[in-house]
Amino acid sequence: MATTQTPPATGSVKAGGKHSGGSGGGRFQTDRAKAERKLGLKLAAPAAIVMLAVTAYPIGYALYLSLFRYDLRTPDQNAFVGFDNYALILTSSVWWQAVLSTTVITVVSVALELVLGLALALVMHRALSLRRSVRVAILVPYGIITVISAYAFAFAVAPDTGFIGDGDPLGSRLGGWAVIILTEVWKTTPFMSLLLLAGLASVDESLQEAAKVDGATATQRLFRVTLPNMKGAILVALLFRALDAFRIFDTVYVQTAGAFETQTISGLGYNALITRVNLGLGSAISILLFLFIILIAFIFVKGFKTNLGTVKGEG
Amino acid sequence: MTTTAIGGEQVGADAQAAHSTWAPTRRRHREAGRGPAWTIGALAIMAYALFPVAWIASLSLKGEGDIADGKLIPTKPTLDNYRTLFDSGEFVRPLINSIGISLITTVLAVVIASFAAYAIARLDFPGKSLLLTGALAIAMFPPVSIIGPLFNIWRSTGLYDTWPGLILPFLTFALPLAIWTLAAFFREIPFDLEQAAQVDGATPFQAFRKVILPLALPGVFTSAIIVFIFCWNDFLFSISLTSTDEARTVPAATAFFTASSNFINPTGQIAAAAIIVTVPIIIMVLVFQRRIVAGLTAGAVKG
Repeated sequence: MATTQTPPATGSVKAGGKHSGGSGGGRFQTDRAKAERKLGLKLAAPAAIVMLAVTAYPIGYALYLSLFRYDLRTPDQNAFVGFDNYALILTSSVWWQAVLSTTVITVVSVALELVLGLALALVMHRALSLRRSVRVAILVPYGIITVISAYAFAFAVAPDTGFIGDGDPLGSRLGGWAVIILTEVWKTTPFMSLLLLAGLASVDESLQEAAKVDGATATQRLFRVTLPNMKGAILVALLFRALDAFRIFDTVYVQTAGAFETQTISGLGYNALITRVNLGLGSAISILLFLFIILIAFIFVKGFKTNLGTVKGEG
Repeated sequence: MTTTAIGGEQVGADAQAAHSTWAPTRRRHREAGRGPAWTIGALAIMAYALFPVAWIASLSLKGEGDIADGKLIPTKPTLDNYRTLFDSGEFVRPLINSIGISLITTVLAVVIASFAAYAIARLDFPGKSLLLTGALAIAMFPPVSIIGPLFNIWRSTGLYDTWPGLILPFLTFALPLAIWTLAAFFREIPFDLEQAAQVDGATPFQAFRKVILPLALPGVFTSAIIVFIFCWNDFLFSISLTSTDEARTVPAATAFFTASSNFINPTGQIAAAAIIVTVPIIIMVLVFQRRIVAGLTAGAVKG
């Protein structure tokens, strides 16, 4: 629907304000405002309650569990242990392997996605031939189930069913990382490129024309005009993808199951929580992952001065 | 957020519309956009996106003897894998679970999110920005951080291994997605039209049904598609919070094909299952391409 109308200018969208257009006097306005507040709260309540019930409460519970020895296989030994679980994790090499693995996969795949996504966005922005077909094709990786794409790439490189000669890339750490990253990049670059495309389209064309008139080459225009002007879109795309990549679980589970030191933090947490039903230790891993995610978001928001509110449209 | 609710397609069209005052420029872009280099680029993108689907389709059509022949085109295409898959009893129930759970979650998420998004777009109430920020935070939340507690709570409340046991966490993570998308769409609705209709003699309900609803529906529908794809994709909750075919969805079930078939290579069956769950997505993408692009970029980029 939004495709049919021209949106109003940025400032004017400041939500709520535009509705206040009534004719009544002051008294009427306040009554009305009061009613509006009530209705707003009522309408927002169900969503807020569901979201809080299934995230805030469990994360609090996880925090609580992480301070206990709490193993479902030895329920009679459950006891408060303070920060012992955290100490155990932070001194374990398995944990640091997982942190390294998760970081490598996140950094490399997001970097590749940015470059590739930008190239894709530029082609989609300019290419008029096959426009619709390209848009449809690019949504296929986005729409495909992550587990399925993980299988597709695992089968393609497998020594028996594969198409890529002998050898088993998934049988080593570097090979495993490479295949996992390849799968991630394939699956999520389209999403990145769509975000970048929207950013690209918001760059004022007249800037391009002006640069062209001034004799800038295509490369200069890309790096000096286009990219700086879509910095916001790039940062948001990077932030979303970095946070998403850092939670990676499905692809690794399917392709290596964490073998050859390719395990990620999410995989480690899953193993402790669900496979070994050690809820105390697993919860401590969960909390640490949660802190990492907050840290990444913080770095982006503060370090790059990304104002998510602005970028997300909340003036 | 001017460009918010504008789909990629529309963005392109807008950019062109902007050019229409500059006829020569526009023509130059036309030419540039149609050259052989751009066509090759476009074809390369399509190959990139579709090749893995092609090879998994090829695997699904190979028989027991050919599965390891390394050829991209099956020499003796057969539907054996599909037959085995449906006969095995390991697939039909998860498929029903996947469809049922995803559809129910989608309906619930879109209804609840519509209320919230309407309030965000149109009403002034305390905690509005808190709701939006909170939703954003939840969208970025690592699901692994809550599966432990949910596992424990679900086991003691009987939600473990049931449809509601999956619908609840799905809903929680689908809501932020739906709220952001819908709020972006709803903000573009000219609500003044409603008052205009009332001035013209329509009742408030008529004004809502005949003026606002038709304008809001496409956005609602778009969010529904995105939420459905999100639920369809889940693996972690399904593998953590189910133990039998009672509620296990297809992505989780495929992981167990692998474990249960020791003597026969399950690759063929997994490939067949992959194709079956991918086809509906491809059809949706084909039909609703423009909407999906609009929804994915809605609210994400400032104009």
